Amino acid sequence: MEKLTHIHSRTIVLPQTDIDTDQIMPGRFLTSTTREGLGEALFADWRYADDGAPLADFALNQPGAAERQVLVAGNNFGCGSSREHAPWGLVDFGFRAVISTQFADIFRNNSLKNGLVPLIVDEDTHNWLLENPGVTVDIDVASATLSLPNGTCREFPLDGFAQHCLLEGLDQLGYLLNKETEISHFEQVRRWKP
Amino acid sequence: MSGKSLFEKVWEDHLVSAETPSNPAVLYIDLHLAHEVTTPQAFTLLREQGLPVRRPDLTLATLDHSTPTVPVGSLQDLDVLSEPAQAAQIRQMAKNCADFGIELHGFGSDQRGIVHVIGPEIGATQPGKTIVCGDSHSSTHGAFGALAFGIGSTEVGHVLATQCLLQRKPMSMAINFNGRLPVGVTAKDIILATIGEIGVNGGTGHVIEYRGNVISNLSMEERMTICNMTIEAGARAGMMAPDNTTVEFLAGRPQAPVGADWDSAVTRWLSLPSDDDAGFDREIDIDVTNLQPMVTFGTNPGMVVPVTDPVPDGNGEPSFRKALDYMGLESGQPMQQTSVDIVFVGSCTNSRLPDLRTTARVLKGRKVADSVRMLVVPGSEIIKQQAEAEGLHEIFLAAGAEWREAGCSMCLGMNGDNLQPGQLCVSTSNRNFEGRQGIGGRTVLASPETAAASAVNGHITDPRTML
Repeated sequence: MEKLTHIHSRTIVLPQTDIDTDQIMPGRFLTSTTREGLGEALFADWRYADDGAPLADFALNQPGAAERQVLVAGNNFGCGSSREHAPWGLVDFGFRAVISTQFADIFRNNSLKNGLVPLIVDEDTHNWLLENPGVTVDIDVASATLSLPNGTCREFPLDGFAQHCLLEGLDQLGYLLNKETEISHFEQVRRWKP
Repeated sequence: MSGKSLFEKVWEDHLVSAETPSNPAVLYIDLHLAHEVTTPQAFTLLREQGLPVRRPDLTLATLDHSTPTVPVGSLQDLDVLSEPAQAAQIRQMAKNCADFGIELHGFGSDQRGIVHVIGPEIGATQPGKTIVCGDSHSSTHGAFGALAFGIGSTEVGHVLATQCLLQRKPMSMAINFNGRLPVGVTAKDIILATIGEIGVNGGTGHVIEYRGNVISNLSMEERMTICNMTIEAGARAGMMAPDNTTVEFLAGRPQAPVGADWDSAVTRWLSLPSDDDAGFDREIDIDVTNLQPMVTFGTNPGMVVPVTDPVPDGNGEPSFRKALDYMGLESGQPMQQTSVDIVFVGSCTNSRLPDLRTTARVLKGRKVADSVRMLVVPGSEIIKQQAEAEGLHEIFLAAGAEWREAGCSMCLGMNGDNLQPGQLCVSTSNRNFEGRQGIGGRTVLASPETAAASAVNGHITDPRTML
């Protein structure tokens, strides 16, 4: 995983509430056996016409969308299926952060393991971002702050361990592998065995 | 000091190391369920880092998600029966399991089926275990008093490599179900009504414990239906206290303990229920006495009404309007007048033997409407055999329904069983998201009773008119 310290980008806005991972990455693309290349399929059912042509009025199809790293979405983003293909698709498209007022638990966990910041903001900040699509925002991972062009600067909740992994580009597996002695000990001393 | 909840007991029993402000807990996982769709990238991770699977004996692997529900005798059959991408994924699963020493319950195995059906069926799912799977409906196993939750593929890799996960302790919520469940109202209706009540994000960040006399009176299959859809309320996991119903269900199952081990396991299991003075971060009471059969009308499982109600009015809220547009429904229209194209009985929510018996009870002596295609898909090979031994399949076939092979089938539109654009399906599955069952497909979630009654009439139907 690459280090992620700072994001400076214009936003793309999808205002719908409760965007589920079936919308982010429809099931028919889950036959992929790799993590790469899923950006093409991101939001496929909202993004393409029946003949596969991009729908011009969909936010991800607008000029310059491919350079944007921040998605602003309606409340409760990423609910439903545990498919990690959803954050893989978002990252492959180029996103490094999603801003909403709430994230589904599994999506949030998956995102943090792929260098994608699930960024929770208060309702007022969220409404301002929804009403001002395309503004340039600044996200500093080290201080967990979001700065808006209207002068607002907000801290956002970010688990310290996840933050450390983002900043250092660490795969959390390394941390677990270093726990091998403790894991073996646990297996030996527990009072019952699965 | 206050007592401990079921969740806290299981959580604490699996801490390799407790969480600190700077580090999450290391949680030991007793059972990992694996299927073909969310594991390939995890095995790739192991290969890239040269790691073995730490405890292949603690992973239970099968084929269900992208697996066709037509008869497949062997991997060779896939060439003609499956799309190339699906076939490649299934072959990759077989290779990954063989390379890493994991037993695969694949084609030809009596124990193949939907992961969340076979775990309990073979007795691998047990009270007090931690159980994970790269599938959000892992919450199903909480019906046994296990702590069971869905994870992503990266975390699947963590479990394969270390048998552990890094976790922050979730909050807890108790939902108390009291009152008397009316005739014709099912576990599916209880959980749909609950999601409607607390919302699709009502449980986010929490582990729910379902409690109360209503839960104690349910069978294990009914309990699994409720815990299965916990994730549709956004919760991390759903749990229920192990009791004699749980113990009786597990007795004699292939992977259940035997002899003295069984006795000590039962003692341990029955010590797991929450202490009387256990505290919860949130508590909700739901009285089921006036509950009706429920159906969804929108594009998430929280958009749900009694089957006898009209489509509600969303006060012009944009997401609500978008959902009704997608569903082709209008506010004020009675749900029961809605025409049905497809009826699907199956999925990890409602594909167990009692679900099939109920479906057969409604269909017996009746016909599926000419305008309707109905699929009945057992959750496992064992359930298929049991249903056939009881002659249920003959009732389905005589009514004009299709009787298919075990798998996830039309729940998720990735194995050939799909809706066509615009088709409306009354489905016993768990998700009515846009396109879930196929591009442009419309899903109405319901109990097997409601699904079967709707198949007969060709429109959404209150099943109590046919019981």
